[in-house]
Amino acid sequence: MDAFITQQIDAYYLRIIIIIGINIILALGLNLTTGVTGQLSMGHAGFMSLGAYTAAILSLHTTLPFVVVLIAGAMAAALFGIIIGIPSLRLEGDYLAIVTIGFAEIVRVFFLNFELGGKAVGLAGIPQQTTFSIVFLIMMVVIFLNITLLNSHTGKALYSIRENEIAAQACGVNTTQLKILCFAMGAFLGGLGGGLYASYMYYISPGEFGFMKSIEILNMVVLGGMGSIPGTILGVIILTIAPEFLRVVADYRLLFYGAMLVILMIFRPNGLMGDIRWYDIKKRLPKKEVKKCQS
Amino acid sequence: MFLQQLLNGITLGSTYALIALGYTMVYGIVQLINFAHGEIYMFGAAVGLFLVTVAGFSLVPALLGAMTFCMLLGVLVEKIAYRPLRGKSSRLSALISAIGVSIFLSTFMLLIAGPNTRRYPEVVNPTTYHIGSLQLSSMQIIILLVAALLMIGLNLMIQKTRLGMAMRATSEDLEAAYLMGIDVDRIISLTFAIGSALAGAGGVMVGIYYNAVFPYMGTMVGLKAFSAAVLGGIGSVPGAMLGGITLGILEIMGVAYISSSFKDAIAFGILIIVLLIRPQGLLGKKISKKV
Repeated sequence: MDAFITQQIDAYYLRIIIIIGINIILALGLNLTTGVTGQLSMGHAGFMSLGAYTAAILSLHTTLPFVVVLIAGAMAAALFGIIIGIPSLRLEGDYLAIVTIGFAEIVRVFFLNFELGGKAVGLAGIPQQTTFSIVFLIMMVVIFLNITLLNSHTGKALYSIRENEIAAQACGVNTTQLKILCFAMGAFLGGLGGGLYASYMYYISPGEFGFMKSIEILNMVVLGGMGSIPGTILGVIILTIAPEFLRVVADYRLLFYGAMLVILMIFRPNGLMGDIRWYDIKKRLPKKEVKKCQS
Repeated sequence: MFLQQLLNGITLGSTYALIALGYTMVYGIVQLINFAHGEIYMFGAAVGLFLVTVAGFSLVPALLGAMTFCMLLGVLVEKIAYRPLRGKSSRLSALISAIGVSIFLSTFMLLIAGPNTRRYPEVVNPTTYHIGSLQLSSMQIIILLVAALLMIGLNLMIQKTRLGMAMRATSEDLEAAYLMGIDVDRIISLTFAIGSALAGAGGVMVGIYYNAVFPYMGTMVGLKAFSAAVLGGIGSVPGAMLGGITLGILEIMGVAYISSSFKDAIAFGILIIVLLIRPQGLLGKKISKKV
């Protein structure tokens, strides 16, 4: 399968496709925390780096199978997700954002001084076990589980926390448990994406998982539309491909990227697909448009 | 030794405070984390450098020039990137727009000035004064003086003038203020103008103090100043001053007594602990949620 794909697809495009796949896993994780449950997390790169370093160190020093390594990385991140979830019980909005930013910075500084992680130089020579089919398979499983979760009772409860936490609590939603759960799940997917990333890149260093990485993933979620799975996927695709297309303008690339974020937000303030309701569209399709009286 | 570190901490902290004021004022009125604020600070440092080296200005005119420039830049950013979004989008969209502006501005500076770190020529006589065992450089005195002057001026303006009253009213309740005949858009512009001018002043002084100006200098400082604003209780002006100085002292003390390579981690770690104990920040008002 992979041999066939590497023959058929140009290496450059294959690389972009794999990065899109990894970013979808990362962004769907953040979407659970920030998009669905509404807990603003600006430190997703911290979870990603925990997963990446755990997976990288394990695959460098042990002979465990790749799946075990990935899951170990994801579990390490999820553990910290639970720890970060606890402040979310007391803090909200921007105060929570600062805690997550602080967490990611602390993780980054830790890895900058971590002997086993190669300190500031980073880790090189990580066995490249991430292939197209593995990323694709994991991505599909993640998307499927996300859809199942969001359609389930728990998923609706998560949305209800975003819409109105007090009302949700009054309706018997266990907000304490669910808020920690959403952080744990988000962190798990962050760690999973990080593990795949480390193994795909051969090389990781603490600098890659800085504040801008967290922001990049947050951009994808917000741009696509908060809490919407197709929206998040679209956001990932646009924001991963855009910098590549913008290579024609060379040095001006980031200038255009920044301007693009502003313009997209001005024209689609709720994200590309955030205010689209599939149910309404389905209902509207067969009918003719009825003009409403303006009152 | 301890007193010396405390003094260094207060110096660093007062520059954080100047930048944190911009975050907190804007947040108080429009509930937006203005991520472009760090870049405005960077522009302040760069314009100050330009005025000193190319135009040959001395410190005070360069400081005023940089503040004016930042003021205009801040108002312009608000007009282009935030005003179209106001009222019709979630706060996160405005946040992404702010991030877009921040990327745009730092790349813009990278393109026109190059990635190199530039240095200020000697604008202040580098004299060191000794008070007992304390060492106080002339630049430290200037930073403390300018920061104190600006903060006192800002407080007087907010507390005593009609414009200040309008600003307080707007931050209390934007709609009610509008109904009382306050030109809310003008007040928001004014807030951005004042906040940006303070950041510009901070930029020039940090640029001279640390002798380094580069396109990405705003990111980390912006993050720290925002943390300072949150630490003090976001939306509260005295809170930003207190938060900035506290963060500065914490950072310097962390470097002096614990470890310099964990500098940022210490500052953020203490911040997280403080927030867990006082979720509304040091001086923030506790708002009980209405159902």
